Amino acid sequence: MKGNAFNSGADVAAKRENAPHTSMFMRMLLRAAVLRRGRAAAALFAMVVAAAVATAMLNLYVDVQAKLRREFRNYGANIILVGRDGTSLPPDAVSQAESVVAGRGVVAPFALVVARTSDGQAIVVAGSDFERVRQLDRWWSVSNWPAAPKEALVGVRAVSVVSPKNQPFDLSFQGHSIHLTPAGTVQTGSAEDSRVYLSLADFVSWTGVQPSTVEVAATGSPEEIAATMRQLEQAIPAAEVRPVRQIMEGEARVLGKTRATLLAAASLIILTAALCVLSTLMGWVFGRRRDFAIMKALGASDRLLNGFFAAEAAALGATGALIGFVLGIGIAAWIGRVNFHAPVVPRFSVLPFVLAGSMVVTLLSAILPISLLRRVQPAVILRGE
Amino acid sequence: MFVRLVYESFRRQKRRKLLAGAAITLGVTVATAMIAVATDIGDKINRELRTIGANLVVTPQEDTLDVEISGVNLKPPSDGAFLNEADLPKIKGTFWHNNITGFAPMLPVNVTLQRDGKNEDITLLGTYFAKPISFGKETFNTGVRTTHPWWKVSGAWPDDSSHDVLMGERLAARLSLKARDSVSLSGRQLRVSGILSTGGAEDDEVVAPLALAQEILGKPGAVRRVYVSALTKPEDAFARRDPKSMSGPIYDRWYCSPYPQSIAFQLQESIPHSHAEQIRQVAQNEGAVLTRIEGLIFLVTLAALFASALAVSAAMATAIFERRAEVGLMKALGAGRFAVASVFFAEAALLALFGGFVGFAAGGMLAHQIGRSIFNSQITIAPVLFPVILVIAVIVTFAGSAAAIRKAVGLDPVFALRGDL
Repeated sequence: MKGNAFNSGADVAAKRENAPHTSMFMRMLLRAAVLRRGRAAAALFAMVVAAAVATAMLNLYVDVQAKLRREFRNYGANIILVGRDGTSLPPDAVSQAESVVAGRGVVAPFALVVARTSDGQAIVVAGSDFERVRQLDRWWSVSNWPAAPKEALVGVRAVSVVSPKNQPFDLSFQGHSIHLTPAGTVQTGSAEDSRVYLSLADFVSWTGVQPSTVEVAATGSPEEIAATMRQLEQAIPAAEVRPVRQIMEGEARVLGKTRATLLAAASLIILTAALCVLSTLMGWVFGRRRDFAIMKALGASDRLLNGFFAAEAAALGATGALIGFVLGIGIAAWIGRVNFHAPVVPRFSVLPFVLAGSMVVTLLSAILPISLLRRVQPAVILRGE
Repeated sequence: MFVRLVYESFRRQKRRKLLAGAAITLGVTVATAMIAVATDIGDKINRELRTIGANLVVTPQEDTLDVEISGVNLKPPSDGAFLNEADLPKIKGTFWHNNITGFAPMLPVNVTLQRDGKNEDITLLGTYFAKPISFGKETFNTGVRTTHPWWKVSGAWPDDSSHDVLMGERLAARLSLKARDSVSLSGRQLRVSGILSTGGAEDDEVVAPLALAQEILGKPGAVRRVYVSALTKPEDAFARRDPKSMSGPIYDRWYCSPYPQSIAFQLQESIPHSHAEQIRQVAQNEGAVLTRIEGLIFLVTLAALFASALAVSAAMATAIFERRAEVGLMKALGAGRFAVASVFFAEAALLALFGGFVGFAAGGMLAHQIGRSIFNSQITIAPVLFPVILVIAVIVTFAGSAAAIRKAVGLDPVFALRGDL
C-alpha cells in the first residue's frame, strides 16, 4: 500500500545526489507510520470513513435516477400509438413496436368496440394481450387472470350488468355474438371498471376489429424516450405517436427534485467528512512537529521535508480512498437492496473523483501545518515552546 | 477554582476553542438541516406527485356504465345518475380537508358542432378551471388548473362564470380554429379563449365552464364525476382492511390516517349518494415512489448524522490531545483523575451547547434555503427539535471526547510535561 508513497518519494529523493537518502526516506515514511500506530490509524480511519461516505453518496446520486425511473414505469405507458383519424393500426403494429422498443420496455395492444349485452345494454368491450397487460398495468387489481380462450375479465362496475351471479354471458356486436365465461374481475378506479376484457385472438375472430391503440412503457431518460418515439413514428407511419404527458412531466419533476435534494445532502455530507479528515490530519501533522524540527536541525532541506510530508499524506490519502471506495460501494449496494430491492451498480467512474478529492484534502492538511512550522526555528520547537 | 480553570481556558485558548466549536457547529448544522429535510421530504414529494393527476374519483352511487371510447361518449347524456354541484364544497369539510389540494368536477355533454353547413357530434366537457369556492369561512380556488397541471393552454384560460370555451388541440387543428375565434355549438355562438393540449382524450373535445355544460344539458347543478387530488400516506395492509369490520379504536385509527381508502371513505360520507374510489394507477404507484424516496433520504440522513458525529469527535480528540502538557501540570499539582476529567467535560459541554445553539439556527436557515431553491416552498423546522438537537450535540461531543479524555487523564505527569509520548 505504500507503493505510491515510495514512488513519488523516490522521485523527489532521486533528485538528490546519493542513494542512501532513498532508503532513509523510505525508512522514515514507514517508521513514522509504525511507531505512531494509534494516531496514524486514527487519521487513516477518518480518511476511510470520509472516502466511503463520499463514494456511497456519489454512487447513489448517479444511480438514483435509474432506480426511480424503474419505479415510475409502474405508472404504465408513457407513449401511446393510435391509428390516424380513428382508424385501426396495421396488424403488424405490435411486432413493429416491439422490435423498436427491443426489451427496453413493455408493449401492449388494445382494441375497443361497443357491444350489446343480451338485454340490449351498451358496453365497451376491449381486446388485449393479458400477459402484456399484466406487465404494463401493474396497478390493475385483478381477482383472477383469464387463461383459457373465451374467458373474460370483467370490470367491477360491469359485473352487475353482464354477469351478476358469475354466470357465463353473451355479447353481440354487429350481429355476431360470443359466449364468454367470466374468469375474474378487474378494479382500477377508472374507465376499465366499466369494460369487459377479452384476449385479442377471441376479440378479433369475433368482431374483426384490429387494435386501434398500442400502449408502450419505454424505459430510459427523456432523450431516449424521445428517440424511441421518433423510431416508432418511422417504423409505423400509419400510427400517431403521442407521449403521455402527465406521466412524463410528473416523473421529470419528481426525479429532478429528488436528485437536487440528494445533491444538497451529498454536498453537505462530503463537506463535513472532508473537514473531519482535515482537522484529524492537521492535528496529526502538527503533533509531529518535533520530528520535523529534528529533521530540520539535522540539515534536511525544505524541499525534502515538504516531499516527505506530502508523500506521507498522499500515501494516506490514496490508501484511505481505496479502502473507503470499496466500503462505500458496499454501503451503496446495501442501501440499494434495502430501499430499492435492487443492487446499486458500482460506478467506477466515481473512483477518480474520490481519489483526487482525498489527495487534495490530505495534501492540504499536510501543507497547512508545515508552512506554519517552517517559519519557526527548530530550536524553539525542540525546547517545547 | 474549577470555574476559573474553565473560564481561563476559554479566554486564553480562543483559537483552539473556536476550531472545536466550529466543528460542532458545522456538525449540528448539517444534522439539523438533514433532519428537517428528511421530515418534510414526504410532504414535498407528495405535492410534486400531484402533478400526475387526481388520485381519487367520486361518482354517483347508482350510475350506469360509462360507454366511452377514446374520448367519444356513447352514453346517452341524460342517462345515469348525477352528483349535485351544491354538495361539492363539503369536500373541504372532511376530516382530511387540509390534505385535499384540489378537486375538479366533470360533466361530459354531447353537442353538435355546426360548421360550413355540416354537423359533427363532439363531446363538450364542463369543469371548473380555477373557481373560487367557499366553505364555512374558508375560500379557495379549485379546478383543473390545480388537479390537472399538465393541461397547457395557448391563449387564455376561460373564466368560470363566462361562456368561453377551450378547444382541444387536435379538434382545433382539424377545424383550423385559433384562439379568439368563435364556434357554433348546439345553436350557441361561443368564443374560443384558448387551445388546450393535454395529450389525452380532451385534445378531441371542447372544454367549457361547468355552468355552461349544465345549461346545454338542461340539468342545473349536475356533475357526472369529481376528481379529487389528495396528499395520501402509502397504503399498507392496515389501509386495505374493511372499515365495516373494525372495532372502535382501530376504526378511529384507520379513519384518522390519510390513506387513499380512508379519504375516499370520508368523501363518500360527505357527498350524498356518492361512491368514492382511488384511481389505482395514480394512488398505488405514488405510494411506492414516495416510500422509496423517503427511505432513501432517511438513509442519507443517517449518513449525515454519522459524518457530523465523526467530525465532532475528531475535532474534540485533536483539541484534547494538544493539551497534554496542561494535564501533566494539573496532575503534578495534585489534581485527581476526576478533577481533570470534569474540567474537560465541562468545557466540552459548554462547546456543545454553544455549537448546538448556533448550529440549530444555521441548520434551520440551511433547510429553509434548500426548501426554497429546490421545492419553491418552506421547509420549517419544528421547535420541538431544538432540545433534542442540543442533547444529541452534548452526547456526541462527550462520546467524541471520552476516549481522548481517558487517555489524557491516564498520562504520567512526568512524561506529559517532558513532552515524551
